[in-house]
Amino acid sequence: MIQPDQALPAPGIAKCPTGIVGLDEITGGGLPRGRPTLIAGAAGCGKTLLAMEFIVRGAREFDEPGVFMAFEESESELIANVASLGFALDALVAGQRVALDSVQIERNEIEETGDYDLEGLFVRLGCAIATVGARRVVLDGLDALFAAMPSATIVRGELRRLFRWLKAQGVTAIITGERGEKALTRHGLEEYVSDCVIFLDHRVHNQVATRRLQVVKYRGSRHGTNEYPILIDAAGFSVLPVSSLGLTHQVSRERVSTGVASLDAMLGGQGYYRGSSILISGTAGAGKTSLAIAFANSVCSQGGRCLYWSSEESPDQILRNMASIGFDLQPHLDHGRFHCHAVRPALYGLENHLVRLHQLVGLLQPDAVILDPITSFVAVGERFQVQVMLTRMIDFLKAAGITAVFTALRQGAEPAYLERTDEGISSLIDSWLLLRMADAGDHRERLLSVLKSRGMAHSHQVRELELDATGIAVRDAATRRLPG
Amino acid sequence: MTTIETAPASGPEPAGGWCLRLYVAGQNPRSVRALQNLKALCETHLAGRYDIEVIDLLENPTLARGDQIVAVPTLVRKLPEPVRKIIGDLSNTERVLVGLDLRPRR
Repeated sequence: MIQPDQALPAPGIAKCPTGIVGLDEITGGGLPRGRPTLIAGAAGCGKTLLAMEFIVRGAREFDEPGVFMAFEESESELIANVASLGFALDALVAGQRVALDSVQIERNEIEETGDYDLEGLFVRLGCAIATVGARRVVLDGLDALFAAMPSATIVRGELRRLFRWLKAQGVTAIITGERGEKALTRHGLEEYVSDCVIFLDHRVHNQVATRRLQVVKYRGSRHGTNEYPILIDAAGFSVLPVSSLGLTHQVSRERVSTGVASLDAMLGGQGYYRGSSILISGTAGAGKTSLAIAFANSVCSQGGRCLYWSSEESPDQILRNMASIGFDLQPHLDHGRFHCHAVRPALYGLENHLVRLHQLVGLLQPDAVILDPITSFVAVGERFQVQVMLTRMIDFLKAAGITAVFTALRQGAEPAYLERTDEGISSLIDSWLLLRMADAGDHRERLLSVLKSRGMAHSHQVRELELDATGIAVRDAATRRLPG
Repeated sequence: MTTIETAPASGPEPAGGWCLRLYVAGQNPRSVRALQNLKALCETHLAGRYDIEVIDLLENPTLARGDQIVAVPTLVRKLPEPVRKIIGDLSNTERVLVGLDLRPRR
């Protein structure tokens, strides 16, 4: 379902799969096997977690036991920190699948009295590797050695020896280090690790934090060079290979009902194309959500699954409002056909929403996805970023063959304005319905028109949308006003 | 190989005796030098009231974790408390004495 940037076959270099969602796609199969990889980034960007997940998944999923050597945290802290992610690290340690060692050096308790080396560290590492038969090793926060040891010259010489030794052991290693002002890491660890370098970044925009990952270097292998959004949640680390889809996806000739027979009639008599992208834009109260829910109800009634992503209303509110126009979603909800994901966009960064969509789609395998409304994402990011994210969402859903309905709120009633998309995604949309309120003598009516619908002979009439307790109907606006 | 070297017997060990542990990795010139330096220093400053325990990490690798050993040689003053750590071959006698609190820190 997740498409990598390009097909990334990389003959010649053996890869060690991380098991981390998305990362193996970007790297064409994983980290260089038997070699060290450097992960650099600022504090709090997820270095330790990424490294730990590499170890845990190695032991659990790939039968490769691992050693995690921490230079900044104690063993109990490590276990506690990842417990919330369901890693059950203590069980892996008890079962001798993972060995933990915490290296704690207090600079102020050390007096330097002559020549020394860091053989003690080698001995500990060798001992831990032997204990579990490790194939993977993490040295987390290795640059702490520079602060702990009085002589940087000795540390540098010993690091060189350490990396030679790690390669000789044939273990796949991750070394993490704090990012530097001028160099990639504060103490130039990149000087010793030349095979693969991954950079993690942590940015805050509009008070919303977003983490990103970039493969800066991968010797002997092609790799995606973009910055990929990452998400850390209860399932661990996810990296999103935000592919640009290209235009190679298969299109369906199958049709799906809009849930409103008279609207199907306007769309060549058969409704939307399966797997197409539909935009319903309009002014407040014009019936956008109702039309979207009519479609969801139709999909679920035929046994399909629908993910409804609500940015403004709570699931309860939607159920109540839709029951008032004759759509009873409760049975679909009870049977797991209708899944409502309600979240305020401003709570998370744009990329987090994108990653979440990927996760939910992977989990639920829906036939249809509804995003209601997409306009609320505009509050989260710059216009261009929002456009990029929506493009990615549309691409992703198209590639997965999922019929997607997006609603968009428009202010004002000028037709010229209504027919513009602020989000700049109109070219990606297959069918576009426009809703607006209009004065009709003593009352206001909802007017619906089809702005475009690719690949079908659609109506160009302006019709009236009627909502009542029995459902939605589209009527000829002119005839309705005739007496009788 | 763990060798316990006890100071020359001069009656029962006095209360407040010194318990010193020297970690080395193999019998290389640096290890030998460190032990020689340590013995000489103890005889001069702590005669009759010290124990030296030498731990070779190549023989007993699992012992490196307990005292958080990274560099070798490392001398650990277990007693009197607090624990002190001194790294290197102990050739700088002044620094060793400071590290053991036998000389006041500058």
